[in-house]
Amino acid sequence: MKIKDLSTLEYITPGTGACAGCPSTIGLRIIGKALGENAIGFLTPSCAVASMGLTPQTCYTFPALNICFASAGASAGGAAMALDALYRKGKLQGEKPVVFNWVGDGGTYDIGFQGLSGSAERNDDYIHFCYNNEAYSNTGNQRSGATPQFALTTTSPTGKEIGQKNMPLLMLEHRPPYVATASLAYPMDLYRKVEKAKNITGFRYIEIHMPCCTSWRFPAADTIKMSKLAVRTGAWLLWEGEYGKLTLNGVTASLAEGRRKPAPLENYLKPQGRFSTMFKSPDKDKHLAFIEYNIHRELEFMAGRAKLLK
Amino acid sequence: MDKKIVQPISRPVQGACGVTGTWRSQRPILDTSLCNGCLICWLYCPEAAISREDRDIDFTYCKGCGICAVECGKKAIRMVKEEIK
Repeated sequence: MKIKDLSTLEYITPGTGACAGCPSTIGLRIIGKALGENAIGFLTPSCAVASMGLTPQTCYTFPALNICFASAGASAGGAAMALDALYRKGKLQGEKPVVFNWVGDGGTYDIGFQGLSGSAERNDDYIHFCYNNEAYSNTGNQRSGATPQFALTTTSPTGKEIGQKNMPLLMLEHRPPYVATASLAYPMDLYRKVEKAKNITGFRYIEIHMPCCTSWRFPAADTIKMSKLAVRTGAWLLWEGEYGKLTLNGVTASLAEGRRKPAPLENYLKPQGRFSTMFKSPDKDKHLAFIEYNIHRELEFMAGRAKLLK
Repeated sequence: MDKKIVQPISRPVQGACGVTGTWRSQRPILDTSLCNGCLICWLYCPEAAISREDRDIDFTYCKGCGICAVECGKKAIRMVKEEIK
């Protein structure tokens, strides 16, 4: 599959309210090409909702329903069940539409977690996309469960004290049919994972890493460059898993096997304004070494987890 | 009496949040002689403002983020300062 073979279908029309260089609209465009026209989207409060325009106008071309923050799992699961009932009664014919969530890290890691966990356990039939920009960017950059250690946000003004949780692994341990992580820097890998998930029935979870130029404070032009650096330094891991079985993908697999040396961590963290206090502090080297140790630990842990079940 | 039910349904239109081209401070310029048509700029445009056929940029909606210029492998797109005519 090459970029030239991608569908011309667009999930957004030009003139969105998103910031210049917004990764969320890029992600929506790529997943739209994989999901196709027959899809229903659910959006919890996030930038994706704030940037869609005011009624009666919208910039999204897919059927989108705005729901409340904590209900991503329940709403999409309910919609999938309602569709099943309508097909069973013969009120709907043809192919069943793909139900998907387009939810930020707040609606997945923190506020939406219990609904999502329950839904994964019930194995409801939909795809949950988490676009992870590592903060509550829409409301002015507050810390979330996905914010990395030492990052500045308005609610962690001296840098966050603890690291982020490994949400994709938590979802994998629910043993749903499909869990994957993806990055915008590898669009064809993301496309392949969405297309694979589309053809599976049951609960599917795909988390996409989205460097947000506004809250991370780097130039808008470097959005994709930051995605690439996150994967190459090992700060973001690419993997996929089915029923609890885990496989590392692409760059992450070669990092874990030692076939590739990780990119210098400073190249990734230095351009981000949210780490400016860390770089100015006298403990800079200690903090950097600690982040590097944690990245290495996480990589080793996931590689070990991949070896557990074959 | 008019019994028509009014529902808060939005329809997709171009420019739902206004003419976003006015946000631009830098303008991407494409050098067609260097372009090899790899379509990476088209795929990465957050605004879907680059045409797939001839990489023509829609300046009504382009916000000038510069992702296309950074990601272009052939350096066929450069950013110039936007000036008021």
